[in-house]
Amino acid sequence: MKILSRIRVSSGSMDNADRLSQSLAKDFMRSLIHCEDLWKVYRVGDVEVQALRGVDLAIGRGEFVAIMGASGSGKSTLMNILGCLDYPTRGRYWLDGLDVAGAKPDELADLRNRRIGFVFQNFNLIPRTSALENAQLPLFYRGLSLKEQRAQAGAALERVGLIGREHHYPTQLSGGQQQRVAIARALVGSPAILFADEPTGNLDTESSREILAILERLNREDRMTIIVVTHESDVAAGASRRIVIRDGRVHEDQPTVQQSSVPG
Amino acid sequence: MPAFVLLTIMTALRVLSRNRMRAGLTMLGIVIGVAAVIAMVSIGQGARAAVRAQVASMGTNVIIVLPGATTVGGVRGGQGGAVTLTIADGLDLKKRIPLLTDTGWARRDVLQLVNANRNWNGPVTGISPSYLTIRDWLFTSGGPFTQFDLDSAARVAIIGQTTVENLYDPGEEPVGSTIRLGNVPFRVIGVLAPKGQSAQGADQDDIVFIPFSTAERKVFGTHFLGSVGALFASTERSDDLIEAVEEIRAVLRMRHRLQPEQADDFTIRTQVDIGKIQEGTSQTLTVMLFAVASVSLLVGGIGIMNILLVSVTERTREIGVRMAVGARRKHILMQFLIEAVTLSLVGGLIGIVIGVVGARMTTIVAGWPTIISLDAIATAFSFSVGIGLFFGLYPANKAARLNPIEALRYE
Repeated sequence: MKILSRIRVSSGSMDNADRLSQSLAKDFMRSLIHCEDLWKVYRVGDVEVQALRGVDLAIGRGEFVAIMGASGSGKSTLMNILGCLDYPTRGRYWLDGLDVAGAKPDELADLRNRRIGFVFQNFNLIPRTSALENAQLPLFYRGLSLKEQRAQAGAALERVGLIGREHHYPTQLSGGQQQRVAIARALVGSPAILFADEPTGNLDTESSREILAILERLNREDRMTIIVVTHESDVAAGASRRIVIRDGRVHEDQPTVQQSSVPG
Repeated sequence: MPAFVLLTIMTALRVLSRNRMRAGLTMLGIVIGVAAVIAMVSIGQGARAAVRAQVASMGTNVIIVLPGATTVGGVRGGQGGAVTLTIADGLDLKKRIPLLTDTGWARRDVLQLVNANRNWNGPVTGISPSYLTIRDWLFTSGGPFTQFDLDSAARVAIIGQTTVENLYDPGEEPVGSTIRLGNVPFRVIGVLAPKGQSAQGADQDDIVFIPFSTAERKVFGTHFLGSVGALFASTERSDDLIEAVEEIRAVLRMRHRLQPEQADDFTIRTQVDIGKIQEGTSQTLTVMLFAVASVSLLVGGIGIMNILLVSVTERTREIGVRMAVGARRKHILMQFLIEAVTLSLVGGLIGIVIGVVGARMTTIVAGWPTIISLDAIATAFSFSVGIGLFFGLYPANKAARLNPIEALRYE
């Protein structure tokens, strides 16, 4: 029995290896995100929670991907790992050809700083700090001079239509404006990917439409890769590809209707 | 990196200015601690300098030999109770010990002093000619005894400032006048420059000096001719004092025919010993006050740590955001360390100002001498930075070790 099961396991990993080599050949070089058999296992007391159970995923440059799924499906866990905020328990992950699973915490911090921008549901702006300074933050940790930080942050705020609000504090801005500051902060460092976690979850319909329009424009005009995590289908509608996560696995992965309008 | 540090300091200052009340209260412990240290050290050093000045007023490199206690059947008399030192001892010491530049002797008694219709009770001291030089007495008017005065047991006196104040009207010239010591008239030939308090707190200027021979024969009377109240000796250099003391002890033991098992029948003191006792007292005080100040600094440091821990908790989400946009652990660590050091440094600077003002006020109000030392200020300054670093390290480390995901999700 034991021998049999071991054979089965090894043959399974052979399958994995085959799949890996196939996908390597297919899209490793041009993929921005490439992960193989990602697992994330938490321990809550004695209970083992398998948040991710072998996710294989490849996302190319310039894609606009919506990751959907019910709460508890593992989509947030997946985003945390893809966003280099967390390590997978098992599996491999390459971001822009760099091995993330084997990187040190400081290397992850640098990856987030240079290649990733985050937009959160609750904006997560630093309180009592001006819009401009919030937008400067990634450049601050990149060690740029204050002058350069200001110039680039100002340009980023301009791109999201917040001219004249540079010196407003978050409390002086509406929800939609705060989220636009957050987008400016995410794109100020010219990252390869922008992750948006329920970006319209705390906004009214009008503001939501504005935010989605900005994201779509960034994808269309600047060819920025955008990954939106959401459970709202109208948010996902703007994306070119829809990935549904269920029980820690990719349940569904297909282009959305508008795919034809997006080049590449 | 310098740009980062500068901006972090600016951020820290802004964070602190957001919560002025809280920052102020947090700094209070450091402020009090540093102010206490500065004030204490200033007062302590002032006191020590005053002691040193008193000790120096005894004369430089002086050795004092006092007659010892008598022991009769195990009952010991007080110091000076025995008549064991003589002029001959003094002369012999000078002859036998080349280290000694001079020796002198003195005997004192308290007599009524009378000038016209004023009188005063004060100590009268019969002295050898060398006494005045050994003890570094200077004159404001007149001059010392002559050898002739000594040989002839002349009735001439040299008086101190306190005596002048008590026997003469202001502006009256004592030199040339005649005063009575007991019932014997004396001509005043000199007035001494003031010395102030002795290390023991006695008024050194309440004094009348007369020639030793005069005192012995015409004023005090004596059972043993040539016995003295104290012997004085001086050395060229203060480094020689210890050796000189040992040689004096050896010579006196030999002259007094003391057997090895017998104790000295005299006591030798130097101004170094006396100064040490006094400085020891003020040092004990300084150490105690320093301990109190250290406790205050410690409490201040714990206050900073406490507030920073609160701050780290309050700003968990902010820390998460900073990590998400690429802050490394060391960036977060430095941010909170700089906040801690800023708190303790500003507190320290305020404390230094209060301490200096406090020391000055002590001098003005209480009249205590204070010396504001740059050392103390530098020490307090670096101490407050050190406290900020030490007590900031734990909260800063706690912040830096936060998991970005949990920090972002923190409510």
